[in-house]
Amino acid sequence: MNNKQSWIDQRFPLTKVINEHLAEYYTPRNFNFWYFFGGLAVVMLIMQLVTGIFLTMHYKPDAEYAFASVEYIMRDVEWGWFIRYMHSTGASAFFVIIYLHMMRALLYGSYKGPRELIWILGMVLYILLLAEAFMGYVLPWGQMSFWGAQVIISLFGSVPIVGPDLLVWILGDYAVGDATLNRFFSLHVVVIPLILVVLVFLHIVALHHVGSNNPDGIEIKKNKDADGIPKDGIPFHPYFTIKDSVVVVGFLWIFCAVVFYAPALNGYFLEAPNFIEANPLKTPEHIAPLWYLTPYYSVLRAIPPLFGSQFPGVLGMFAALGVFFLLPWLDRSPVKSIRYRSPIYKWILGAFVVSFIMLGWLGVQPVTPLYVLLARIFTTLYFSFFILMPWFSTLGKTKEVPERVTG
Amino acid sequence: MNIKLKLIVGLSVLLFSVNIFAASKIHLDHANTDIFDEASLQSGAKLFMNYCSGCHEISLMRYNRIAKDLNLTEEHVAKNLMFAGNKIGESITTAMPEGAAAKWFGGVPPDLSLVSRSKGTDWIYTYLRSFYDDEERIFGVNNKVLVNASMPDVLWSLRESQSEAEFDQSVLDITNFLDYVGEPAKLIRLKLGKWVLLFLGILFILTYMLKKEYWKDVKYGIWRPRD
Repeated sequence: MNNKQSWIDQRFPLTKVINEHLAEYYTPRNFNFWYFFGGLAVVMLIMQLVTGIFLTMHYKPDAEYAFASVEYIMRDVEWGWFIRYMHSTGASAFFVIIYLHMMRALLYGSYKGPRELIWILGMVLYILLLAEAFMGYVLPWGQMSFWGAQVIISLFGSVPIVGPDLLVWILGDYAVGDATLNRFFSLHVVVIPLILVVLVFLHIVALHHVGSNNPDGIEIKKNKDADGIPKDGIPFHPYFTIKDSVVVVGFLWIFCAVVFYAPALNGYFLEAPNFIEANPLKTPEHIAPLWYLTPYYSVLRAIPPLFGSQFPGVLGMFAALGVFFLLPWLDRSPVKSIRYRSPIYKWILGAFVVSFIMLGWLGVQPVTPLYVLLARIFTTLYFSFFILMPWFSTLGKTKEVPERVTG
Repeated sequence: MNIKLKLIVGLSVLLFSVNIFAASKIHLDHANTDIFDEASLQSGAKLFMNYCSGCHEISLMRYNRIAKDLNLTEEHVAKNLMFAGNKIGESITTAMPEGAAAKWFGGVPPDLSLVSRSKGTDWIYTYLRSFYDDEERIFGVNNKVLVNASMPDVLWSLRESQSEAEFDQSVLDITNFLDYVGEPAKLIRLKLGKWVLLFLGILFILTYMLKKEYWKDVKYGIWRPRD
């Protein structure tokens, strides 16, 4: 054995790992605002895991006690209110971060080769996170927890032939109740977080293997100096660890402003009807899922039933999520970054972003004929973006991509 | 302006204006509560325990928590606010049996622990001031906010003995107290928040200065742009 190596390094590749992922992971020097969100997502995951552990110590997953146990945390557990608000605000903050993180990929073509697998892992993470948040929202067992679960889970009942059996299999009962609450608790605190952590690990390993994309969409590994270091790269540590620390502190400032001054954020983070205990006999006037689910909820409501079955809407909702997976192969543009794409592509991407936001907004509104019409228009635009991408991504004149990163 | 942009702006304006017209709810008066007004909270607690707690529980609240948060001694709370023979550490429940309540009012009067969070303070404040005579109803009163409410106008004696301004203040005190009951932690978080933000603000400046220092390497030092 090499005596110059430390005791640990002789037994575990500690220095090698630190070098590969931090000290000698060469990161493009031209990262901008859009590159804040990967690191923030990791911070957010850790925050949710830690606050979640403490909540689990006091929460009771029982239809009889769940609602009161959350209020017990809010009132009688020392600093319980702080932990709970961090966790509930954290859920929404996580999605703000993830949506911006995905937007970055769309802007700079980060999903394109050789990063297809990173994108796919990311999409699986995103869908799992939606499931995690949905199940987490059921746990406080308020009116919106209950009825939101009722609406979303009943969708599975519309699947032809197996629907009713599938529904019972998911619920563990014939209606949303104690059995459902218990299994959602189990999935929310054990199964999904475990898979999330593993997939985040894989997402990062894959990223560090191919290297980070950047706002110019250039592969910095193509331009290396005599030592084999990318000319446009700088070590992740200390330069991006310190930069990301600034970002984390700035983020925490905004996060704490919400936690301390507007934890319900006007009903967007904690809905007012959810402060009423779940009552299976009393349907709320207006059931709206939390904001991060609403674009898909809109798609669901926009698609008309066929032969009295909601199934087309359900298919549409899952297709709206699933179609993201195909992005690396739908995009046939010769360039990655929006900076060098054709003007027509920029407009179409803009229209897609507007459609997504509008669908999200429509998802919290009650159903009116006008809103249904708008939801249909934006749903059409949403899917057109993906379906027509192989065609429009080759249209127009792209700008010449420089050899080296610009500022 | 580009046509597409015009379209987007036009559609957005249309959407938001439609939303405003769609909202034709009952007008609620602004309650303007202040949970740091201790005198108002104490008065609200007293009014609530005298006029409301006979039927409505605030079962998520404990007597001694009220004593602690409202700067009252436990003896004072036991003597003036506790009528049901409870212990000081217990939660505030009503002695009225559920079956009887359902028979008298057509339903169990709801627990009001979280009413300020589910309905809002403006709703409580307006509701309690919106009773009017209606011979059709069993208790001889109806309510503008909650039409056909099955609750009698329990504050009628206050309304008759107080001036309008005094009565509004009494209702505001009850509303204020219920706002506190809805989230006792609000007393802590609103006080603490500014210090947390101040700390993070200073930390942000220091971290940013440290980042500037490190990034000198990237701008001019060993990691400056290379050809």
